Amino acid sequence: MSPELTQMFTYFLIFIALLFICGFYCILMSFNIVRILIGVEILIKAATLLIILAGYVCGRTALAQAIVITLVVIEIVFMVVAGGIALWAFRHNRTIDPRKLSTLKG
Amino acid sequence: MILDLILLTSLVLTALWTVMTIRLIRSVVGLAMTSVILTVIMYRLNSPLAAVFELSVCAGLISVIFITTVSFTQRVSIEKLRLRRRERFVKFWYLPFIVIVTGLLLSQYLKIPHFDLPLTIAQRDVRSILWNMRHLDVLGQIIVLLAGAFGVVVLFKEPKK
Repeated sequence: MSPELTQMFTYFLIFIALLFICGFYCILMSFNIVRILIGVEILIKAATLLIILAGYVCGRTALAQAIVITLVVIEIVFMVVAGGIALWAFRHNRTIDPRKLSTLKG
Repeated sequence: MILDLILLTSLVLTALWTVMTIRLIRSVVGLAMTSVILTVIMYRLNSPLAAVFELSVCAGLISVIFITTVSFTQRVSIEKLRLRRRERFVKFWYLPFIVIVTGLLLSQYLKIPHFDLPLTIAQRDVRSILWNMRHLDVLGQIIVLLAGAFGVVVLFKEPKK
């Protein structure tokens, strides 16, 4: 790997790590289902960038793009279902604070 | 490289704004902006098809889903919003410092050892990879989409009165 590519890889890795920190912090400190989902979205974006970067560095961008397309499809389904669950929780409990969802069984 | 650094910095800044802002709608807009910047970065990394997917699905469709969910669920009075603003400030004021300190530490101490890359193979088209090499992924995507559609029908169904 050339020195320029190594330097670029290092910079990208640092910023991806910072994105992961933002996402994890959002998930850990929020008590709102929508905000937790936003944290998950940021984590997924960091993972997407990591996959694309790995493909670019290895010279296999086509494979990386194919994997990212699969990831995006799963992401959208996850978000739609999670949004539906948030709506369901609001309808039944009048709140989307996960601490107050005490009527769940189990 | 400088343009890449500017884009990466703005990506992290918009993500920080998304996490720290109080209003959920602003948070959703910040997420869409993060997606747009990520799209530009992906395009610069020779991944135009994935970039288009990211722009259309993540910046478009997911923002719509979030805005719909927020508009159905959030009913907050001004007093409650003020209280929430104070709580959020107490919880989140040190996140920028954590991000800056981690970035500085990583830039000082993160050293990538030299490694040999695998032999470059002839690049194939994304579509041929998706349909010929990773056709099980396509099958999985179809199943996941059907499961998602079924989940939406069940979850968004109006309750019987």
